[in-house]
This record gives sequence, C-alpha cells and structure tokens, in this order.
Amino acid sequence: MARRRGKTAKHISQGMLRNSFDRRSVVIGALQGGVGVLLATRLGYLAVAENAHYQMMAESNRVNLSLIPPRRGWILDRQGQPLAANRADFRVDLIPDRLVDADKTLAELGQILGLDAIDIQDIKDQLAQARGFQPVGVAEHLDWEKFAALSVRQPDLPGVVPQRGFSRFYPTGPCVGHLVGYVGAANAKDYEKEHNQLLITPGFKIGKDGLEKQFDADLRGVPGARRAEVTASGKIVRDLETREDIPGKPIELTIHAGLQEYAARRIGVESGAVTVIDCRSGDILAMCSMPSYDPNSFSAGIGRLEWKMLADDDHVPLRNKTLHGLYPPGSTVKPSVALALLEAGLDPHEAVNCSGGLQVGNRVFHCWNHHGHGRVDMFKGIYQSCDVYFYHFAQKIGMERIAAMMRRMGLGQSFDLPLGKQSTGTVPDPAWKQRRYHQDWAIYDTVNATIGQGYVQVNPLQQAVVVSRLASGKALQPRLLRNQHTPPPGDLGIPQEHFDVIRSGMRDVINGPGTGGKARLPFPDILMAGKSGSAQVVGLNYGNGKAGVAWKRRDHGHFICFAPFDNPRFACAVLIEHGGGSPAAIPIARDVMTYLFDQQKAWDMLATMEPGWGGTPQQRMDAKYRTYAAQYGVSAPRVDTSGEPVAQVQSASDAAAATPQPVQSDAAPPAPEPGAEAPAPAPAATPAAPAPAPAAPGNATGGGH
Amino acid sequence: MSSRSIIPAPLRQQPWHVLLPLAALNTFGSAVLYSAAGGRMWPWAGMHMLHFAVFLALAMAVSRVPRHLFTQAAFPAYAALIVLLVLVEAVGRIGGGSQRWLNLGFMTLQPSETMKPVIVLVLAHFYANLPPAMIRSWRALVPAGLLMGVPAVLVILQPDLGTALAICFGAVAVIFMAGVPIWWFVSGGLAAGIIAPLAYFFALHDYQRKRVTVFMDPESDMLGAGYHITQSKIAIGSGGIFGKGFGNGTQSHLEYLPESHTDFAFATMAEEWGLIGGYFILAVFFLVLFRWGMGVARRAPDRFSQLLAAGMTVTIFFYVAINMMMVMGLAPVVGIPLPFISHGGSSMMTNMLCIGMIMAVERWSKRASTLV
Repeated sequence: MARRRGKTAKHISQGMLRNSFDRRSVVIGALQGGVGVLLATRLGYLAVAENAHYQMMAESNRVNLSLIPPRRGWILDRQGQPLAANRADFRVDLIPDRLVDADKTLAELGQILGLDAIDIQDIKDQLAQARGFQPVGVAEHLDWEKFAALSVRQPDLPGVVPQRGFSRFYPTGPCVGHLVGYVGAANAKDYEKEHNQLLITPGFKIGKDGLEKQFDADLRGVPGARRAEVTASGKIVRDLETREDIPGKPIELTIHAGLQEYAARRIGVESGAVTVIDCRSGDILAMCSMPSYDPNSFSAGIGRLEWKMLADDDHVPLRNKTLHGLYPPGSTVKPSVALALLEAGLDPHEAVNCSGGLQVGNRVFHCWNHHGHGRVDMFKGIYQSCDVYFYHFAQKIGMERIAAMMRRMGLGQSFDLPLGKQSTGTVPDPAWKQRRYHQDWAIYDTVNATIGQGYVQVNPLQQAVVVSRLASGKALQPRLLRNQHTPPPGDLGIPQEHFDVIRSGMRDVINGPGTGGKARLPFPDILMAGKSGSAQVVGLNYGNGKAGVAWKRRDHGHFICFAPFDNPRFACAVLIEHGGGSPAAIPIARDVMTYLFDQQKAWDMLATMEPGWGGTPQQRMDAKYRTYAAQYGVSAPRVDTSGEPVAQVQSASDAAAATPQPVQSDAAPPAPEPGAEAPAPAPAATPAAPAPAPAAPGNATGGGH
Repeated sequence: MSSRSIIPAPLRQQPWHVLLPLAALNTFGSAVLYSAAGGRMWPWAGMHMLHFAVFLALAMAVSRVPRHLFTQAAFPAYAALIVLLVLVEAVGRIGGGSQRWLNLGFMTLQPSETMKPVIVLVLAHFYANLPPAMIRSWRALVPAGLLMGVPAVLVILQPDLGTALAICFGAVAVIFMAGVPIWWFVSGGLAAGIIAPLAYFFALHDYQRKRVTVFMDPESDMLGAGYHITQSKIAIGSGGIFGKGFGNGTQSHLEYLPESHTDFAFATMAEEWGLIGGYFILAVFFLVLFRWGMGVARRAPDRFSQLLAAGMTVTIFFYVAINMMMVMGLAPVVGIPLPFISHGGSSMMTNMLCIGMIMAVERWSKRASTLV
C-alpha cells in the first residue's frame, strides 16, 4: 500500500499515515480473528470429533490393568504328595524400561535387601540381557521386614516392583531336578513365540525343563487381573476391581515321592541313574539322575557361580542321564540274548565247556574269567555271566535274531513319555553296520554285542523297561502320568517256559552261586532276581577299569533286578557311571528295593552312609556353593540365559551321542565283575574278581558278568 | 441512562467493559488452579487472585499516568532494561548457568518479561517522533530494527526462545502498523523463510530443535517431549462438550498432564469444563479484549497512542495465540503461559501493564473527544 501511494504522492502527510494505520490495523485484527476461528475450530475438533478417541486414551492412562500371575498347578506323586508346589512369597522385580539409574537403584536395593556382590552381579547380567518390559527378578522369599522396608522406599525407586505372590517350591530339591524340571521368567524368545502380556508380568514363570516345560499349558492356569487407578508415576490411587486367578491344573504322576527321594539320595556322590518300574502296570515309581541341579535355586534365576559350579562338575549334573545318557550295557544284555537263543530252539541244558576262552578259527575270545567256568549251560551262563557260553551260541544263531530280541525287550526304543526327546542309543546288526560304516559284520562284532559292548548303547530307562519285561513277561510300556489311559500290556510272544529259565538264572545271580550275591535283600522271605553288568568306557581300550584308575576311565556299573522273584512286583535298573563296574550299582539296587518293602530299614541304612558323603545332595550343593563363593566371588563368567541353558546342555549331549562311535576293529576287552568265587563280604567298591589281562593284539579278551 | 443518577460518577467512569470480563477470566483461572491443586486454594488459586488484585491496581495506576510521562519514560525504561538484560547474562555467566531472573533482594525481576510492553512503548515513541516523510526511508527501519534486535538477541542468549519471539512479534506489529513499506515485510518474510531452516540446524539448542521435530510428529517421542503435547490433547479431547466436571479431571489430577497449573492450564480447564469453558475463554479474549484493544487504537487521538494501544493488544494476543496453539498441538512447546489463567506473577504483571496502557490510551481519547 505504501508503495502504491509512493508512486502517486511523494509527500507523505500525517493523515496518510493515519489511513495507513487504519488499514493495517484491520489486517492485524483479521489476523487475530483468523487465529480465533482456527483455535475455536481446533478446539471443536478435539473435543467433539475426536472425543471418543481421546476419552479412551484418557481412560487407558487412568486405569492400569495389572495381571495377577496364576498359581501354578501342583505336580503330585501317586499318593498326592507334592513334588512341585507353590508357597506364599514376597518378591521383588525390576522393570528395565522404567529404571532411571540402574546402578544407583541396585546399590540401594542391595542395602535394603542385604544382597552381596555376587547377587548384584547376577542381576546386572540379567538386566543386560532383558529387553524393555521383561521383568528381572531381584529377590524371592523375602522376609516381611525387608519387604516392608522396600515397599516404603518404592516411590523413590522407579522400576522396582515389590509384590506378594506365590513362588514354585520343590520340597525335595535336587532329587526331582531332571524329572520335574524347573520354572523361570520368560525370556525374549518365549515372548516372541507367544505375545502374551502375562509373560512380562513380574513374578510369572514358565516351565523351562522336564515336566514343567512339557505340561506348561496345563499347569499355567488363568491369570487374575486388578484394575486400579494410577498416577503417571505408577502410584496406585485406588483399586477399582479385582478378578481372582484360576490356578493351573495339577498333574498326578506315577512317581512315589519317597522312593524318588530315597533313590536320589542313595546314589550318593556317584554319578548315576536309578529307575524303578511297577511290573504290573508299567508305572514309573522312581526316575532319578544324579547329581542334579537344584530346581528351587534355578527357578529363582541361574547365577554365574551356580552355573560355573554345575558346568565344572565332571559328573555332568545338567544332563538327565536317565533319558540322555548312553552307555554300553555290559552283561545286563545276557538275559535278552538268552531269550533269543531259546527262541532259536536251543535247549537251556545244552552246555559248552568254558576254559577261559573260545577259539573261533585262529582266534581266541576270552571269557572275563580266565580260569574258565568249566561246563556251562544257560542257567550257569546267566548266573556266572559266562562270556564263552554266549560267544559260542550267539554265533550259531547270528546277530539278526539277537538284535531283534534286544529291540523287542526295549533296547534301542523310545517310549511314550512326556519328557521330550529321548536318546535311543544303538542295537547293532549287520544291516546297521553296513549302513553306518559300509563294512561287513565281523565275528568280533557279535562277540562284542552279546556281552553288551562294542556298538551297543542304551539309556538307563531302556534298562528298566527290559527288566520290567523280563519280570512280567509282558510288553510293558512305562508310564508317568497317573490318569493316562493305557491299554493292557501286549504280549511279547515269548513262551512262559523261556522266562522261567531266564528268571531262574537271574534268581541264582543273587541267591545262588552267582555274581550278585551282595544284592540279597535283608528279608528271608523275599527273593530278588537280577543281573549285573560292567562295561568298558566306549573308545577306551584300557585293561583295568576298576576303582583305582582315573574316574573318567573307570567301567560303568549296571545292575538290573526285580522282586519278589516268584511274583514280580517291582523292577529296578541302576547305572553308576564310571563306578568301577557292577559292584558300585549292586548295593544301591539292593537298598532301593529294600525301601519298597521296608522304608524304615532303608532309611536306617542310608543314615549310616550319608554323613560320610557330606550330607544330603542339597547340603552337599550348599557346601560346594560356599566354597565356590569364597574361591571365585564375582569372577565367574556370565551365563547366557537368553536361550535355555539346561536345554542347550542336553541337546549338546544328544548331539555328542549322535556322532558315530569309532568303528570297532576288534572285540572289546570285557570288564570284570564280582565273581561267584569272590567272598560275599567284599567291600562294594573293590570287586574281588580277577582283572582280565590286557587285550593281546589280534586276540580278544572276554569279560562282563 | 437512568443509572447515571444512581451510580456515583467516579465509579461510573471506570472502564467496566474491560474490568468485568477481566475479573471473570481471572476468577475462572482461579477456579481452574483450585482444581489443579487438588481442590485447594493454595498454593496457586489464592496466589492467582492476589496477583490479579495487586497488578489490577498497578494497571489502574498506569492508566492514570499522563501521556507525557510515557513518552519521557520510554527511552530511559528501555535503556534500563537493556542494562538489566546484560546484567542477567553476566550474572548467569559468572554463576555458571543460564538464568532469567535478577534477585533484587526484595523481589525477583525478569527483565525479558518487562521488555515485551517496553519494546512496544519505545517503538511507538520512535515512530510518533519520526517525520512522516521519512517513513519510506531506511531511517524508519534501521533504528527500529536495532531497538528490537538488541533485546531479542540478549533474550535468545539466555536462552529463552519464547520470550524473544514475543518481543519480536510485538515490535514487528508496531513497525508494520507504523506504515513502513509493505515490500520490506515481504522481503523480510522471504529472508526469514531462508534463515529459519539455517537457524534450525545451526543456531537452535538441542532441546529447542527437539521441540520443533516433536511438534511435527508428537507420537515420535511419546515418553519424551511429545508426551506433553499428547497428554494435553488427551486432556482437551476427553473433556468433550461439557467436560468431566469441576474437580474431576483425571489427566491433571493423576499427573499425566505436565505443568497443569502453568503452561498447560488451558488443558486442565478444558478437561473439566469442556468445549463450553474453552469457548468462554476464547470469547473473552477474541470478542472482548482484542476487539476492545484494537478499537481503542483506532479511536486514539494521535499516532503514539494508536501504536501503543495496538502494540499492547498484539502482545497479549501473541501470548494467547501461541499458548493455545501449543496446548492444542498446533505449535511447538514453548514456555509461554496463558494470560489471566495460568499461574505466575511475571506474566500477570506484563499482561496487566499492557491492559493498563491500553486503558490509559482510552482515557486520553475520551479527554480528547471531550475537549473537541
């Protein structure tokens, strides 16, 4: 305007400026009016058009819906005793995303709760691996004073969530570790799989291993919910409504809690597995693998030190040996081999002469007893575990029929149990060897297989199934769930007379001139039948596998047994890894069977032994932890809990089992057994049988009992 | 006009057409602050009323100051404030940290706040004394630009972008209405269009830059700076037409709304009083106060009082426009309170000074018309 006026008039008067002001003030007024209309429109848009949207957002600000973790279903034994239960608990979690100053908060928490440097380091490890709103457990089982002290300070500690709830509790701790498994907070991978708010609710845990993992969906239950009015900083102003949680369904097992605990504790400081099966139903009464982790401690989070302690242990406490440990079964396969011989038409009274070895062509295969057993029929072949008898007749019928019988009895099989994948092991035959190694079956392969060495690999559960089938004469299927409907056991297709022969031989193993005299039960009226087995560690051509040598090179000890002999009720298989042969397994089998008939007597026997081992498994673990804490402090390497550490260890052991064994080029040297000639009161750990001579090149030594 | 005989003359002569709407606005503001404090008079609502009473008296006093005192005081007041601004900067530097206040012992003084009406006063005085012929020459613009630029730069250094913008906006409005050639504004606008992006990248502080980016997309930073805008929109939007009722605002009472008693007081109000309350405030500002202010300016007897009244109105307008655009998500978050509603003594004082000067101009024009 000024410009236009400038062209027409050079002189600018006061009046022209006044006109200019009038016009321009109208522009300013229009600007003001325009802004006014804009604001009024915007206000109307927000308050009317978008009202519903913003009302919802205000409501979701105001009301905080928090889930109440459901109480987890109990895991019960056959008599309703809990193997896994819940107990009321005060706990504290951290929400990483809400933390303002993690180090400062942790330092304060440490002071209030009395955490030591190791605890704080473990929490920091978990914080580093946790994402966003994934809660990190700080402490469980707090006493009321500490909990109250923390609750008072909570407003100053953003991201800290103290709450009362329920936590998992395993009354017998390590004794049920591998069977029941453990629980833990969901990790990022779990949350990716299942986008469920419940997974990131502090205090909620999912099954990580064993039955806890397999039955997670049933055990989990339905979370409760609490609607509360909260301030922006998360302070609850008032509760609006609360819905109770619905606890998860309990699981009833066939396990006998007392027997499970007894067996686990009876294994003592050895590394081994004990499985007990009810011969009438196939119910698994006990299934323990020791040493084990402590599920109580694992469920609270796996710390560096605890992990190091378990990982360092050469007894591999993280491996469930019952299902994932594979061992040559040694002479415990002989009853099955004998059944194959009988089926092939062999008269059990037909005998061979054992002079300490068997000559085939230009080779001699040795019996474990180099002095020879003299005239040996099938009964003596079993109770004296004569290798020559089995070498001789096994060759006549061939490996195919023996392998078929082994499989029929349960070796090489996996069973329908809710425990995940089982390592099935190997029952070799010529076709298998051709497939695996592209080599022909050799005589020494049969020699090895008939005494449970060479390529034969079994797991302790299979051993228990074999003996339950030997005892019952039926194709028993092991079962773990009490309410699972199982069809009556099938027929093995083996005549009763055959079983009578085998059982009579197995009775004499213990009650006659056999290799297992020390297994005799302390009840004059209850006879037990069994079969011992000692097996050389695979891949080691080492002459002496007895207790004196390095632990890793000692023979594995097996004992399979059932009782009462005349009316089989219970079948039991014991494996002691590197126990130095069957003498390590026999007394454990005896005591576990004793428990089934007289619990007090069994506990009394254990009471004399446990102090010498340093107490119960729980006490020994605690003592070891204290030693580690003193020795390593906070210097242990961190644990990667992003996956499932225990599952990783187990799958690693599966992978190791799946790698081909070295191809056998000769007969394996048989491991010694406690001979019948050994005096009965020989100490359990020192077998009295003569040690076999080292294998001469080109010659095989026989052994096993 | 029968009331004339009943109501005594001194009372009748008061500018009730301004005082009554102002009182209504401040009372409403006190009610909002009462609710924001969780149903308590203190610390905000009572203080707000006290501020209003004190500064209303100040405004009444200002309105009675003779015109020649305004013109005489214009440059000395401006110079004093510049000195104080430099002093604030110096004290801040020495004290090791930015600050906007000077502690005078008996009160804290915020010179940048007082500069808003004073820049208008000094520019009105400048243009009133400028010979009309020079209005199209550089001598109309360069001194005015310097008068505006020096305090603006000092305030930006504090750093207080909001107040600096307010000072510039009032000053530019006066320069515009003084009649300088329009193409200067066009080219100035073009220059600003070029400088603004450059300033964004090179001159602004990180926190200021963040406010701008967050304003463009509030949801990009839900827990940081965008949180303010989002929560404010939730408060306003959830209020609906009639609001949630006095004392029932959840956004403010549960502390989701930040600064619910100062910068975001309008959102606090809108949540409880709804669209109705919002339109009441808009009406008082736009239909009553600004129309009155611009009307006073148009009717003013001389150039100085015209520019003074219009400049003061624009200064209040700037507060209102920026604050309300901010709380409704139309402008970035800059710390500017809503006049007469938000809690705070400094802004109350500034706005009441503006009102007082407009009332003064209104008195002069009455006297002028009576004389005529």
